Amino acid sequence: MKSVHHGFHWTAAKDRLIAVLLLLVALLTVVFLMLILGFLITRSFPALKEVGLWEFLAGSRWMPSSRTPGYGASRMIYGSFMVAAGALALPVPWGLAIAIYISELAPKPVREVLKPALETLAIFPSVVLGFVGLVLLAPWIARVFDLAHGLTALTGVIMLSIMALPTIVSIAEDAIGSVPQEYREASYALGANKMETILQVVIPAARSGITASIMLGFGRAIGETMTLLMVAGNALSLPVTRVWGVPIPDFLRSVRTLTATIAIEGLDVPWGSLHYHALFVIGTILFTFTFVINLLTDWVLHRWRVED
Amino acid sequence: MVNPEAVLSSRNVSLWYGETRALNQVSMDIPERQVTAIIGPSGCGKSTYLKTINRMTELNSSVKIDGLIQFRTKPVQHYDVVELRRRVGMVFQKPNPFPKSIYDNVVFGLRLLGRRRKSELDRIAEMSLRRAALWDEVKDRLRDSAMGLSGGQQQRLCIARALAVGPEVLLMDEPCSALDPVATAKIEDLIFELKQEYTIVVVTHNMQQAARISDRTAFFLTASLIEYDQTKRIFENPRDKRTEDYITGRFG
Amino acid sequence: MKKQTKQQVFLLGVTFAAFFSIAVLFFALYFVARDGLGVISWEFISAMPRQRMTAGGIWPAVAGTVYVSALTMGFAVPLAVFTAIYLNEYASKGWVVRMIRLAIRNLAGVPSIVYGLFGLGLFVSTLRLGHSLLAAALTLAVMALPLIVSASEEALKSIPDSFREGSFALGATRWQTVRYQVLPLAIPGMITGSVLALARIAGETAPIILTGAAYFYPLIPQSVSEQFMALPYHLYILATQHEQVQLVRPLAYGTALVLLMLVLSMSLGAILVRSHVRRKRDW
Repeated sequence: MKSVHHGFHWTAAKDRLIAVLLLLVALLTVVFLMLILGFLITRSFPALKEVGLWEFLAGSRWMPSSRTPGYGASRMIYGSFMVAAGALALPVPWGLAIAIYISELAPKPVREVLKPALETLAIFPSVVLGFVGLVLLAPWIARVFDLAHGLTALTGVIMLSIMALPTIVSIAEDAIGSVPQEYREASYALGANKMETILQVVIPAARSGITASIMLGFGRAIGETMTLLMVAGNALSLPVTRVWGVPIPDFLRSVRTLTATIAIEGLDVPWGSLHYHALFVIGTILFTFTFVINLLTDWVLHRWRVED
Repeated sequence: MVNPEAVLSSRNVSLWYGETRALNQVSMDIPERQVTAIIGPSGCGKSTYLKTINRMTELNSSVKIDGLIQFRTKPVQHYDVVELRRRVGMVFQKPNPFPKSIYDNVVFGLRLLGRRRKSELDRIAEMSLRRAALWDEVKDRLRDSAMGLSGGQQQRLCIARALAVGPEVLLMDEPCSALDPVATAKIEDLIFELKQEYTIVVVTHNMQQAARISDRTAFFLTASLIEYDQTKRIFENPRDKRTEDYITGRFG
Repeated sequence: MKKQTKQQVFLLGVTFAAFFSIAVLFFALYFVARDGLGVISWEFISAMPRQRMTAGGIWPAVAGTVYVSALTMGFAVPLAVFTAIYLNEYASKGWVVRMIRLAIRNLAGVPSIVYGLFGLGLFVSTLRLGHSLLAAALTLAVMALPLIVSASEEALKSIPDSFREGSFALGATRWQTVRYQVLPLAIPGMITGSVLALARIAGETAPIILTGAAYFYPLIPQSVSEQFMALPYHLYILATQHEQVQLVRPLAYGTALVLLMLVLSMSLGAILVRSHVRRKRDW
């Protein structure tokens, strides 16, 4: 009996040991995030010291391999935001409509086809979508708008819209699905029809989750690389048109994003050169944008849970 | 201070879930080889008290406990929790057999103890199933999934599973509330049989059940133990007005 | 009556939007398949590229993608599963858990090209692994981690607490409960989630460009320190970087279709297994 008793305590000690080991493994995620952040910052530092953060954020001349190099990334920042913002115009209403259909209208068998189909769309490699955009959409854009080539911001926006769609649908659908059934019943009981119930009761009740889905879609679009690299043309000129002297974004011109810049230049750049460090500055800027978007999304989602 | 006759003695046990007090200064002695019923309205703390005995409440990290619960010779906190739970078995409100075979369910606890000899496992499995009055119904299909049994059979399987590790006490948390009347009657008969060998504490919201099966009854209300006495006495001549109101169905 | 019409238009529009998304999916599939199917043959998949990638097959790219994905999963799955077990089975609330969850959510949001830059900085240059299979797989593994952690947590969450309680009440320790009750039931879900993550990782291009994928390397890697070709990068090259882009266009279609079939068969398989397991389980 005594030895059995002893054995039990040994089991408990083993259990505590396992708990500690599991904690250490789980903490690796924090370590990785810190490593990413640490590498971005320390590798950025030489370039920031030499060039200055302001030049990166505000300068418009990006010529890292010129004899008189320029490190202004403002056009790429502008390009990233322009494309990502443009890529919300279509998938937000479209995605919302799909989410409404799936959670409010679709018969079960249809839903069981639709959801896997969207999951499949989410898993399409971005390089394949880029390829489709390149050989199918770009020539079409060129013809329709009478352009020399179809590698434009618009082409990128359309392909990005398709990529952002599944993200927006799945989170918006979660949000709409978690609206209590009683809300709908109360609305019907007051004589509202299906449309009024959806638009005036369900959607407002799910607005935090819907907002979060839009923000995550935006974050995904800012971070997307291959599709834009392949279809957006990557020109360094500023894609704006002046209408009565007011500059407005021109989606029919080629655009270069932050992500594309790293992908284009990262392969050949000599390690340790100023250019190499400058690319880490671009990476840090990208990381900061997505980090802030994530934090905001978190905050919005948290508020949504608290509201419940 | 602690009654030496009692298997389980508690003194001034209080428990908080975060800021909410779920038990308030509960003191009671549970005698050996008797059935003790705990009754009271929902949320009165009766299930919490049961789970404090075998330290299941510790699984919730926001729980704070004060006071003393003694099992046999020492406070429950001084036991290795594995040993404590082996000696104080538990049966839950909703039958919760594991999604494994009937046999694997019964011998699960034994295997945890490192028992591997097949002849020994077989012997204890049969004995436990017999004691739980389930053997005749399942002896030909021990390898079938436990999920295929009826609710009442599942609950008796859970009792057999608890018996297999050789407990001294059985804690039962509303063991019949998910069962139909026929299955309930079988479990009640079983409890009556089992008290020959085991000390049984059963939480129930069903007062007739408490009256039928228990030797002693405790009445809980809003986290406090109001009255605790012989079952006959509680039901026929309660001392406290609140006990009387509850038993005569004036609230709850 | 007017209200009725408005509602009809609304419902029709919403339904159309949903079916239009399926149409887009099938159109993209059809478009790649139409021009890709004619190119695909056993030879195309199993032969080396020849004549500066204007002829021959894509075998090194297929093998490279399989290798790098397998290696990635080898690193990521154990870490992710243990992390998920810690978060779902062991951790109580508190700042450590909040920090881990925050880290996972942010890892999930890091752009893929930033992972590439990170891999370049840490694995390729600082740890001196060079442009290699190992560096690329490690980079992809960090990227896959949050995907597999959340899929595994999902699987663990779907196991009812009553099984855990039953196990604890019989004197099982936490680890015994996880090992004998929870994990066996969660493993199908974890596998499904991991395969879906694998499908996503296999199609990634941006991280491997900077860490190990080669423009042209017509060999099957014999060790993890070699460079490798990969289907997504090969498609990118054939589509935009090759000196005779028009000439190699059929090869690009073929490559796109092979990559798509690889990725979709994995995800379809995972989805089918998931619905089968869900229908079959008796708890």
